[in-house]
Amino acid sequence: MTNNYHSYSELKSGLENGDTTVEKLVNGYLQQIQANAQLNAFNEVFADEALEQARVLDKRMQSGEPVGKLAGMVVGIKDNISYKGHKVTASSKMLENFTAIYSATIVERLLAEDAIIIGRCNCDEFAMGAANENSFFGPVKNHADQTRVSGGSSGGSAVAVQAGMCHAAIGTDTGGSVRQPAAFCGVVGLKPTYGRISRYGIISYASSFDQVGPITRSVEDAALLLEVMAGPDEYDSTLARKPVPQVADLKKESGKKRIAYMQEALSSPGVDADVKATLAAYIDKLRADGHIVKPISFELLEYLVPTYYILAMAEASSNLARYDGVHYGYRSPNAVDLTSTYKKSRSEGFGKEVQRRIMLGTFVLSAGYYDAYYAKAQRVRRLIQNKTNEILQEYDFILAPTAPEPAFALGLKEKDPVVTYLYDIFTVQASLAGVPAISLPAGNNGKGLPLGLQLIAKSFNEQELLNFSEYFLQL
Amino acid sequence: MTILNSSVTDKYELVVGLEVHAQLSTLSKAFSPDSAAFGGQPNHHISAISLGHPGTLPRINKRMVEYAIKMGLACNCSINLHNTFARKNYFYADLPKGFQTTQDQQPICLGGFVPVKLSSGVTKNIAIHHIHMEDDAGKSSHDQHDEYSLIDLNRAGVPLLEIVSQPDIRSAEEAGQFLTEVRRLLRYLEICDGNMEEGSMRCDANISVRLKGQTTYGNRCEVKNLNSIRNVQRAIEHEFTRQIAIIEEGGHIDQNTLNFDAATGETSVLRSKEMANDYRYFPEPDLLPIQITEEQLESIRQAMPALPNQLFEKYTGELNLSDYDAGVIIAEKDLADYFEELISHTGNYKSAANWMMGAVRSHLNENNLTAGQLELKPKALAGLIDLVDSGKVNNTVAAQKIFPELLKGEEATAEQIATRLNLMISNDSNEVEQFIKAAVAKFPDKVKEYQKGKKGVLGLFMGEIMKSSKGKIDPQKTNQLLIKALESE
Repeated sequence: MTNNYHSYSELKSGLENGDTTVEKLVNGYLQQIQANAQLNAFNEVFADEALEQARVLDKRMQSGEPVGKLAGMVVGIKDNISYKGHKVTASSKMLENFTAIYSATIVERLLAEDAIIIGRCNCDEFAMGAANENSFFGPVKNHADQTRVSGGSSGGSAVAVQAGMCHAAIGTDTGGSVRQPAAFCGVVGLKPTYGRISRYGIISYASSFDQVGPITRSVEDAALLLEVMAGPDEYDSTLARKPVPQVADLKKESGKKRIAYMQEALSSPGVDADVKATLAAYIDKLRADGHIVKPISFELLEYLVPTYYILAMAEASSNLARYDGVHYGYRSPNAVDLTSTYKKSRSEGFGKEVQRRIMLGTFVLSAGYYDAYYAKAQRVRRLIQNKTNEILQEYDFILAPTAPEPAFALGLKEKDPVVTYLYDIFTVQASLAGVPAISLPAGNNGKGLPLGLQLIAKSFNEQELLNFSEYFLQL
Repeated sequence: MTILNSSVTDKYELVVGLEVHAQLSTLSKAFSPDSAAFGGQPNHHISAISLGHPGTLPRINKRMVEYAIKMGLACNCSINLHNTFARKNYFYADLPKGFQTTQDQQPICLGGFVPVKLSSGVTKNIAIHHIHMEDDAGKSSHDQHDEYSLIDLNRAGVPLLEIVSQPDIRSAEEAGQFLTEVRRLLRYLEICDGNMEEGSMRCDANISVRLKGQTTYGNRCEVKNLNSIRNVQRAIEHEFTRQIAIIEEGGHIDQNTLNFDAATGETSVLRSKEMANDYRYFPEPDLLPIQITEEQLESIRQAMPALPNQLFEKYTGELNLSDYDAGVIIAEKDLADYFEELISHTGNYKSAANWMMGAVRSHLNENNLTAGQLELKPKALAGLIDLVDSGKVNNTVAAQKIFPELLKGEEATAEQIATRLNLMISNDSNEVEQFIKAAVAKFPDKVKEYQKGKKGVLGLFMGEIMKSSKGKIDPQKTNQLLIKALESE
C-alpha cells in the first residue's frame, strides 16, 4: 500500500519522484476507510470532493505550478471544526443536520496550503469525554483492538491516523482530548500553548482550555501542521502575538536537558504496571544519555481534576446555551411554546454526558455557589499555573504518562463518570496551565496495546518541545 | 388610581435610580463587523457571529470603548483602565448566544455625577454609580403573526452603554432633567442619537418610597418599557402614589419588575422577585481583559468636544449673554454648533445671539428644521451682522429683506444682495436731504407742532422718510439732519 508515508517530507518525495499521485493517495485512504468502516472513525467522508481536489492538485503539480506547504497531505478534521458548506455536528443529535456557513480559520489555512480534507472525524459529543463513547453516532473502536476504546474526545481523528485512513488529522484538546486518544492509538498528539492556534470556527466546549492540535505519525508533521495553523487571527482575540515555530527549524535535540517526572506516576496504585514500566524504562534511557531526570511531587495533584471539571463545565454550560432549538439545530417536534422548545429540544438533543456537564456547570455558577466552586476553582487554577511554571523554570520538561492505562474495553467505564474523569489526571495539568504538551508513542504492552508518554514544556516553547520529541522517539 | 391627600404623600420621600441604555452609533456591532445601523430589512445586518453560530468568537469594537470613555469623562467618572467582560446567561429567543456579553466586576466608568438644573433655580448633582459596555439583544415581535413570534437579529450585538445612577433622584422633575441632560451629553459627544421612540435610548426606573427622615431605603420596583422622558415621569408619579397607598393601608411593597402601560399610565407586574433570573455572571473567557493606556485616555480627553455646561459658562461669562439666551442656544447640539461657527466669523456676540434667538429660531420652528439642516451658513449670517454693524443697512431691512434672501442659500453675500435689491444705506447727503425735504413739505402743520415743542412728531417724519427711502438710510444720521431741517424751517 502506498499510503504509509511516515512523514509529509517522505510523501512529498513520493509525489515528486512519481511513486504516487495525490489521486492514488486519496483512493488509498478511501479504501482504507471503507475497509475499516466498523471502527466508526468518520462521521462523514467527503469522497468525491477529495478525489476532485486530488485530480486538480495532480494537474497543477504536473504543470509545475507552485503549490502549498501541505500539497498532497490528506487530513481528517474532528467533527467540531467548521468547514463551510459541510455539516458539522459535534457528534450530537443537536447538530445532526447543521451545515456550517463559514470555515474555521484553521480550515482556511489548511486549504490555502493545499491540504485535502477527506472527512469529518467522529468524536465525543461536544468534545466531552475521554473514550469517544459519548458520540451520538456511536463509539469509535481502537484499530489495535476493536474491543477497546479509541480514547477521546478526538477518538475518530486518532484512529483515522492509526488505521491509515488519512495522513494526519486535526483534533481539539480541552483536557487531553488530542493527547489521550493519540496515546491509545500509538500516534503523536500535540496540544499547543493556549493562544497559539485560532479557535474561530471550533465548536466551543470550554473556551479557556480549548486548543486545536494535530494528530500525526511523526513529530515533523506535527511541527508542519502547527506552523500552518498557528498565529494571530483577528477573529480570535485570545491569541498571542508570538513567533510561530517553523518546521524548517526542527532539529533533533542533542543537548542535555533537565527533566522532571511525576513521582506518583511510578508509585500510585491507579497507574497500570505496563505504563509504570514504560515510564521507568524511558527515565533510565534518558539518564543513560546524560540528561538530569528527577522525581517531583506535585502538591496540587489531587486538585487537578476537580479544578478542571468545575471550570470546564461552567464554561460549557454557557457555551452550549445557544443550542436552544430556536435558531438552528434540533428543535423538538413536541414543543408547544418557547419554554417547552428549550426544555424539550435540549433534553432530546443533548446526550447524557453533555446534559450532566451543563447541569453541573450551571450549578457551580449559580447564586450562592459561585464563590464556593467557580471562584475557588479559578484561584486554584492560578496556583496550578504558578506551580507548573515554577517547575518549568527549574526543568525543561515534565515527563508523565499520557494516561494511567492503555486503551480500556468498550463500555467498561461508562457507568461511573467520576472514574472516567480521573483518567484525565495527567493531561489536565497542561490544560489548566495553558502550556504545550505532546503525547508520544512509547511502544506497546504485551497485548499489543499502544502506550503513550507525555512531555510538557514552557509556554510558547513548542519549538524546544518538538525538537526534543524528535530525539525522544528515537530513544 | 388612588387619590391621596397631600398631607399623606407629604410624609413620604420618593427615591429613584435610573438605568439608561444608550445604543452607540458605531458603524459595526460591539463584537462583530456586522452593520450596527438602525432599521434595515429584518435579519440583514447579520453574520455567523450575530447569529451565534457554533464556533464564532467575539472581537471587540474599539470604537465602543472610546465612546464609553467619552461618556465617562462627560459624566465626571473615573475611567477604569483594566476592563473585563462578563457573560450574563439567560434564555430568550432574541438572544442567539444564550448570554449577553456585558461588564460585571470591572466596568469602564465608576463614580461621577451629572449636574441637572431644576425649575427652582437649584443645580443638583445626580451621582453616577457606574457606566458599562454591553451588547444588545435582537427584537421579538409577538403581534405580527397569528401563530409565531418573529425575531429580527439586526439589533443583536449592537453596542450599548448602560448608565446607572445612584438612587439620588427625588422627583419626577429631577428624573426628567437627568434624562434630558444624559441625552444631551450623548448627542454632544455624537455617540448616540438619543431617540427614545426608536429605542436608541431606553430607561428603566428603580422606584421606592420611604418616610421622610428615614435612612434606609424601601423595597424598590423596577419599571421597564419606558419609551419617553414623559413616560418615565408618569411612571414615577404613578408608583409614588401607588406605593404610598399600599404602605398606608399597612401593606408591603414587593420587589417586582413592573411594566408601564403608556395608554393607562399604570404599572403591572412583569415578574416577581421569585421569578427573577439567576444570570450566573462569570468572566467572558473569549475576550482577554481590555487594557486602556494613559496615552489612549489622554488622547480621547484631548479630543473631547465642548460640552453644554462648558458652553453655558463661556456664553454667560466671556460672551456676556443672558442665562436664558445661553440656555436656549446650548439646549440642542446643532444650535450650539451653529452659534459656535457664527461667532467664529463675527465678534458681535450679542447681535449673533439675537439673530439666533429671533430670526433663526423662528425660521427653524416654522419649518420644523434643525440648525444643521439650515441652508443659510453661519458665515453668511455673520456677513449680514457685519453689514448692519458697518451701518450699511439697518436692522429692519436686514431682518425683513436680506435674511429671507439669504435663507434661500444662494451664493450671494448679504452685501451683494443688499446692493442688488438697492437696499444699501445711501451715504449721499443730498439724496437724504431730498427725502427730508419731501417729508417736511408733506406735513406743514406737523412742522408747526414740532416748532411749538411737540417733539413726538419726529417719529411721524422718520416713518415717512423710511417709507419713501425704502429703508436705505442711516436712521441716526437722518434723525440729526431732520432735526436740523425742522428747526431751520
